[in-house]
Amino acid sequence: MITRLEDKELKRQSRRQLLKLAPVAALGIFAFPKVSDRLVAAGVRFSDWASGALFRSQHPAQTFSNSDVVPFEKFPYNGYDVLDPEIDLEKWTLTVEGDVQHPGEYKLAQIQALPKTNQNTRHVCVEGWDVIGSFGGSSISDFLTLVGANTGAHFLEVECADDYYESIDMASALHPQSLLCYEMYGQPLDRGHGAPLRLQMPTKLGYKQAKYLDTIRVTNVLKPGKTGYWEDQGYSWFGGL
Amino acid sequence: MENDEEKKQPDPLPDRAADAESGAVEATVAKLEMVAAEPEPAESIAKAEEPALVRAAYEHPLPIRITHWVTAISLFVLVASGLRIFRAFPSFGPKIPEKVLLDVPKSLTLGGWLGGALQWHFTFMWFFAVSGVGYVVYQVASGHYRTMLFTPRDIPGVWPMARHYFFFGPKPPATGQYNPLQKLAYTSTILFAALALLTGIVLYKPAQFSWLAFLFGGFHLTRVWHFAAMCGFLAFIPGHLIMVVLHGWANFYSMLSGWKREPEYQE
Repeated sequence: MITRLEDKELKRQSRRQLLKLAPVAALGIFAFPKVSDRLVAAGVRFSDWASGALFRSQHPAQTFSNSDVVPFEKFPYNGYDVLDPEIDLEKWTLTVEGDVQHPGEYKLAQIQALPKTNQNTRHVCVEGWDVIGSFGGSSISDFLTLVGANTGAHFLEVECADDYYESIDMASALHPQSLLCYEMYGQPLDRGHGAPLRLQMPTKLGYKQAKYLDTIRVTNVLKPGKTGYWEDQGYSWFGGL
Repeated sequence: MENDEEKKQPDPLPDRAADAESGAVEATVAKLEMVAAEPEPAESIAKAEEPALVRAAYEHPLPIRITHWVTAISLFVLVASGLRIFRAFPSFGPKIPEKVLLDVPKSLTLGGWLGGALQWHFTFMWFFAVSGVGYVVYQVASGHYRTMLFTPRDIPGVWPMARHYFFFGPKPPATGQYNPLQKLAYTSTILFAALALLTGIVLYKPAQFSWLAFLFGGFHLTRVWHFAAMCGFLAFIPGHLIMVVLHGWANFYSMLSGWKREPEYQE
């Protein structure tokens, strides 16, 4: 709509309107690295909070038929350090600690005695690639029942034989597809993929699926700066799909 | 009123002054220019006493300007950090064997490494989403969308405008705030944004929004669509910026102040 107004009035109106836009300039604060580091960290925390709120604890991730699964040799070996931390598989036990009724050492056979789940699910890497693989194991939920864990606690922490460490929210840990995985493609986990036991959760990104499990701890508190190997360097903690 | 007196004085611009009524002669320079530009009919002598008026249009209401700039900044961050994320796996194929599609120069990216880029991406996706949704809601609720929405009626006007811009054809007369080519461009960006947001949701939460992933042909293809949405923006932005430069300060300033001085269109 075209109007006619005095030059002075137009300039006055324009200035007033320009000032109203000024708050947008506050986004310029992101140009300062010291500030922006904290702001984007806050952005990720907000995203993680939203992710937790969006998470549907019983909603299954998509599963696939055997013909959709990539051949075993096309399932990447991905590790942050070594692909074989030289675990003595014969003597290996899983240490269970924290808010549980029966802490202690658990043998692989005890875990394998729990009901077994086989699932073909998508493994999504934070880098952007994904592969559909075949996994077998016991549900974390069953294992937590076995050890008498307080599932009202907030977190599950894991430590690994290769010094990797992770923590996950209890809701994701209790998801029916979240596994303590000891088989891939119908075979015992090989050393590159995390023998003898790894996490496998189709509702989480790859870096959450810790391999070479050594210790599981049920807890209500995460130590700041010790929430996960990659998370401590800046990855999203929730890492959910 | 005072005209009778002035008529006695020698006339510096006889022809012009005769047309425009001699009252203008003693007026300020600004008034003179104005009268010269738009000769007043003889009976509207009284108007010559009023201050000079400028044609102006309040083109961009505040919500449009806010969302425009928040979106612009967000897009810059999302594209730059998105390219850094893409560098981590610059392919749309399988991981094994990985076929590098495109080596994006580091200097064009933001975040320093994958984790840093993801932090920028996960922060500004919210700004982008809120701004974009706010923009659309405002456009629809206010009815302001009529100035920019591309409709089938605009189709015949696209080619003449494109011919003018790209092949120096004659300039079609301006009919509204935006010409058909502009409407097409602006309406397209809304579609690109919708595509970017929806595919972004799938890439961020493919398990929670599995139905949406299905709609885009699965997780894998969604990544391609997400990239395509960025390409859409990258196609739009240079043309948009060139046009802003060509149309000058008044045009640019109107996206800051809302007001455009002497718009080139009528009504």
